[in-house]
Amino acid sequence: MLKQLEGSHAVAEAIALCRPEVICAYPISPQTHIVEHCGELVREGAMGSCEYMNVESEFAALSACIGSSACGARTYTATASQGLLYMAEAVYNASGLGLPIVMTVANRAIGAPINIWNDHTDSMSMRDAGWIQLFAETNQEALDLHIQAFRIAEQLSQPVMVCMDGFILTHAYERVDMPTQEQVDAFLPPYQPQQILDPANPYSIGAMVGPEAFTEVRYLAHEKQLQALDVIPAIAAEFEQIFGRSSGGLIREYRTDDAETIVVTLGSVAGTVKDVVDEMRDAGDRIGVVTIGSFRPFPTAELRAVLKAAKRVVVLEKSLAVGFGGVVANNIHMALHHTDIPVHTVVAGLGGRPITMPSLHKLFAEAQEDKLQDTQFLDLQHDIVNAELARQRALIGSGPTAESILRNIQADTAYGGASAQPAE
Amino acid sequence: MFQVRLHGRGGQGVVTAAEMLSIAGFSEGKHAQAFPSFGSERTGAPVVSFCRLDDKEIRRREPILEPDCLIVQDPTLFHALDVFQGLRPDGYVLINTTKDWHELGIADKVAHLPDHHVVGVNATALARKHVGRPVPNAALLGGFAAITGEIHLAAVETAIATKFSGAIADGNIAAARAAHAAALGEELTDA
Repeated sequence: MLKQLEGSHAVAEAIALCRPEVICAYPISPQTHIVEHCGELVREGAMGSCEYMNVESEFAALSACIGSSACGARTYTATASQGLLYMAEAVYNASGLGLPIVMTVANRAIGAPINIWNDHTDSMSMRDAGWIQLFAETNQEALDLHIQAFRIAEQLSQPVMVCMDGFILTHAYERVDMPTQEQVDAFLPPYQPQQILDPANPYSIGAMVGPEAFTEVRYLAHEKQLQALDVIPAIAAEFEQIFGRSSGGLIREYRTDDAETIVVTLGSVAGTVKDVVDEMRDAGDRIGVVTIGSFRPFPTAELRAVLKAAKRVVVLEKSLAVGFGGVVANNIHMALHHTDIPVHTVVAGLGGRPITMPSLHKLFAEAQEDKLQDTQFLDLQHDIVNAELARQRALIGSGPTAESILRNIQADTAYGGASAQPAE
Repeated sequence: MFQVRLHGRGGQGVVTAAEMLSIAGFSEGKHAQAFPSFGSERTGAPVVSFCRLDDKEIRRREPILEPDCLIVQDPTLFHALDVFQGLRPDGYVLINTTKDWHELGIADKVAHLPDHHVVGVNATALARKHVGRPVPNAALLGGFAAITGEIHLAAVETAIATKFSGAIADGNIAAARAAHAAALGEELTDA
């Protein structure tokens, strides 16, 4: 059924259709609307006997999820940003124990400086924690991915993180096709746990493992993720059969045939990139885009197969490995290490900086002319940065950086974006 | 694609207005995308929201840089920021005001726009009368339907009834009807 919904509410309704048995929640922007609406749906009786637990922190939220999942309950939570960091130890425990929890991360920057807006730093900080990480391009896909996530998680007995851009998706009203309960029931059978804490048949979960076996247990976690490279596309194909639309999968290609430049990105910015690609194709540029649907496991072979025909690859990512460069780009380099195709890293959209079509046009035009550097920052205001560097060199005790930059930036464009002007 | 940028202040329902506009578009079979400017919204602080309407899927996620229509819920914003930034040369401007463009200090900003594309509606007064609160957002959507023709008044009424219920919905629908008539230069007999 077509509905015009806020992304957060669309996700909450999809969660309800998945018949979770326990939801442990702690609010944090921009995720809050999801768990609020889950709470409303539980109260209204739309989730049967689902237990909705308010807890005192994100650490408690995921710890309670670990407990309920270990007891055999289909379990869901959501978080963002600092909340994900605060639950970090439990994030590793959930995957290490092999518990098929599904968690939404409404992607948001990590402080300091404190920033509530969107980028991918939070999810990327947990990229090696053993969770499957799926990224949504639209609210329709976010909704669909949550339904698929429970299937993937329960089939592999591994937790799945569904990443959706905070505010840009969570707070956007757009059209979604909400499936019926019958469709979801046909796709997602009741949870049959691989392991369960049961007083009638007691065993322990979470043994201490020494050097004699730790490598083997960890290797099996890696092996599970490699299995997911087959499971994710298979489940996406099954989803398409039942629901009649293509959603999810490892990667998605758009106009990559004969493309000289291929942009690689993930999340909601892919839509903006596609519009730019269309305009450039109309002008005769051979450019396309690949969207990464699954960042963990990383679809190395699938990306290599698509990218090997390109003359150059531009990785557009909302994350920064400070002191190195791109997080996603590093993975793309790995996929292309046996080729001489140049991979350019473009860090964009940090802390909610709008990624605009004019900026992308300029960027991709430079790419087509082989004028991109190895690593660059979209719309970085070099004059502001250089002025601050000079100030710090000139002054001992020059004070806090963020406050100084703010004094020199005028962020009152009509559209709410940053339009920085150097101080007079 | 038709792009609308809404300007107002925290507490005036600027974000809700964009959401209702998207619901109105959706109810007429359009694709519609509404989103806020993602600021830390505080009562009285400038707030921006956006709505795109199209006949096909809307993929882009950038803020609206070149709006086809501006809805200005609070005319004191003209002094605070360049509300007109990026407005298309054939664009529309709907302002919650009783003043003329000279009094608002925007006469030179709107002089180049086509006739009947810049319209003032006293939405705050209509909201006070029909809703009992000075929240101009729903009324202005009635005005939007009147001046742009992008959606029908009935769709605005549907959207209001989706977002609100009971007396609040009824009052906002009455305010939207009155603003629709006012924007067309008509007088509702019961308004």
